[in-house]
Amino acid sequence: MNPKTMDLKTFKGGLHPPDGKEFSADKAIEICPLPEELIIPLAQHIGAPAVACVEVGAKVKKGSLIANARGFVSAPIHASTSGEVIAIEPRPHPMGKALPAIVIRPDGADSWDESLKSANPGDLTAEELKACIQAAGIVGMGGATFPTHVKLSPPADKQIDTLILNGVECEPYLTADHRMMLENTEQILDGIDILRKVLGIERAVIGIEANKPDAIETLRKEAALRNIEVQALEVKYPQGAEKQLIDAITGRQVPSGTLPMEVGVVVQNVGTAAAISAAVRLGRPLVERVVTITGPGIKDPKNLLVRIGTPLQFLVDQCGGLNGEPAKIIMGGPMMGQTQLSLEPPAIRGTSGLLIFRKEDLPRYEAGPCIRCGRCIGACPIHLQPTTIAAYARLDLFDEAAEYHALDCIECGCCTYICPATLPLVQSIRYAKAAIMAKKRTL
Amino acid sequence: MENQLYLSSSPHIHSGETTDKVMRKVIYALLPATALSIYFFGLPALSVLLICTLGCMGFEALSCKLMKKPIALADGSAALTGILLALNMPPSSPWWLALFGAAIAILIGKQVYGGLGYNPFNPALVARVVLLISFPVQMTSWTSPAPLGSGLDAITTATPLGEMQTAVMLTGKLPELAHSGFLDYLTGNMAGSLGEVSAIALLLGGLYLLWKRVISWHIPVAFIGTVLVIGAIFWAVSPEKYPNPLFHLLTGGLLLGALFMATDMVTSPVTNKGMLIFGFGCGLLTVLIRLFGGYPEGVSFAILLMNAATPLIDRFCRPKIYGQAEAKA
Ligand code: SF4
Ligand code: SF4
Repeated sequence: MNPKTMDLKTFKGGLHPPDGKEFSADKAIEICPLPEELIIPLAQHIGAPAVACVEVGAKVKKGSLIANARGFVSAPIHASTSGEVIAIEPRPHPMGKALPAIVIRPDGADSWDESLKSANPGDLTAEELKACIQAAGIVGMGGATFPTHVKLSPPADKQIDTLILNGVECEPYLTADHRMMLENTEQILDGIDILRKVLGIERAVIGIEANKPDAIETLRKEAALRNIEVQALEVKYPQGAEKQLIDAITGRQVPSGTLPMEVGVVVQNVGTAAAISAAVRLGRPLVERVVTITGPGIKDPKNLLVRIGTPLQFLVDQCGGLNGEPAKIIMGGPMMGQTQLSLEPPAIRGTSGLLIFRKEDLPRYEAGPCIRCGRCIGACPIHLQPTTIAAYARLDLFDEAAEYHALDCIECGCCTYICPATLPLVQSIRYAKAAIMAKKRTL
Repeated sequence: MENQLYLSSSPHIHSGETTDKVMRKVIYALLPATALSIYFFGLPALSVLLICTLGCMGFEALSCKLMKKPIALADGSAALTGILLALNMPPSSPWWLALFGAAIAILIGKQVYGGLGYNPFNPALVARVVLLISFPVQMTSWTSPAPLGSGLDAITTATPLGEMQTAVMLTGKLPELAHSGFLDYLTGNMAGSLGEVSAIALLLGGLYLLWKRVISWHIPVAFIGTVLVIGAIFWAVSPEKYPNPLFHLLTGGLLLGALFMATDMVTSPVTNKGMLIFGFGCGLLTVLIRLFGGYPEGVSFAILLMNAATPLIDRFCRPKIYGQAEAKA
């Protein structure tokens, strides 16, 4: 199918950075071998960190529960291979500092826990399915890592009518979701069926950027039989941001300061849908995910199926090693990813990619004065005035920044990317947001 | 390895389109018009261009030095101001007039406000208007084009707009030139300031800027559209007294102003809606000044007046943010 002839939907604002997907888009998913040790942090999701329920020396199987969720907005954690717990201690974490982690030395057998039970989703009630998802530790795999069962539990007064599956993958360089849609089509669709049953709704739409015509075609063929829509979307960043995706597909805008359920929508990543299918049908908790290891700083970019806790260095080794001197190690994509201090931290549930740039890939610019070109305003998907908010933030005028809706900024980075004066706009806005939030808390 | 790693918050990439590249593109876009003005007006035009451009760069460097700021020539904005100023000067301008204009543009038009990005008025237009008021004779002595190699001598004459105003004032009727000579206006074979000459060359540059997305269509279309529509209304009512809208379009500084001066980012609104209002205001004021004002040409005054209104327009045209609008479905 020619993407040009498709009826493409989109949102207002945004931009299209060079997508860098050619490094890895054609690489089929490979299974990453077992590293010498797996470092499994207790904090891998939004909400309270999990609480370890094993001790050093314990023998675990793949899928065994090793940490309990603490409270509703949290998620349990499972061993990603069979072996022995050799330490529970702070280890380097992708968020920057060392955080508590359960360290497992694999026994090499990689055998699944026998107590895990498979089930036929047709035999379970919505509540049972949701319990299954919660017990499997499923979180949003697009990077936000919000516990999935929370999103599937709207308050009684919120009528949900549409499930949107996020297969947009608008971050440049990342191709993990793309490969999943091509190679795990059946699992994704099965996960969608389960999600529809849990939510008790019919309408499900998979949103995919038009730069993945093969994924659109593959899914369309299968989805039609199950009455699932596939919507091609204009190639534009941040098309995959929740609010922009909802606007593009349903024409509804999530009111400022509320969640998608306010407009009757639940959004899930396609990878999450596949994980849900595995959790219910095979009884397998979330212990592995697809990660794109890519960028000009990697010799042989790949899409790897990675056990949670695999150190980044080990992933790089599987991809032919570093290509030249790395200057920036980024977990995630180039627009919203997090820079790393080293390759020691592990891949966690929200790790969609590992991107490495060399010095020559990153020109450095001196920030100049704002020339009032208005480009940041045109590019902002929330239609904010980044230049104004950032100017107030630089002067520590936080009330004014708040009045210009600083808190609505989704930190997509479009403004900083496009600014000819190379001002660190989103960086200033983040600073203002933190100050505004702090002030709110003390009031 | 670790100590060579950059740590920073996202985003980690940039479009690569920096201020100096934007300025350079505007300079490229002015090349056809600049070349044509040198062709039509010869060496005097070249010397005005050089004095204005080098003058602006010199004053920029000097003021940065005096204020102990890093010298900001690399951003290209001073050179651009110089070229725009030259295009707004009569080809016969004496050297001291051009140099004085450069000083005003940079010192009074830009640096007193704090330099690039902070000036409320278009610096080249500030200079042009100050010169027009202080040196009305020199700033309104126009010469007929004497194309290079044509052997013609440049003789003193009036601009088409000037001639029209005089004729209407004296006889109450339009002169002959308001009905004919459009081919000459299109190519630029008429009296005027350096850059008020060739419609084709200016349009070419404007299209390049639109194509490269340096400017958006909003200001030029609103500006020119307003002039054409209002011009057409007057013409329809009383064609012997008011010129046809094409005459408005092709003579004087409308195209230069609408494509290159009004679109100056620093001094125009930042939102699309604001730009439409800005363009409309420029157009309205231009026609009113041309038809009823004391000066034959109103483009400069119109743009400067709208520059002054820009902060107000920006205040009124804050974009409607996501999630504050009513849901569409
Ligand atoms: S202001 Fe926020 S939402 Fe708008 S472009 Fe910048 S980062 Fe994105
Ligand atoms: S993109 Fe940069 S230079 Fe342009 S208006 Fe925004 S802050 Fe100013």
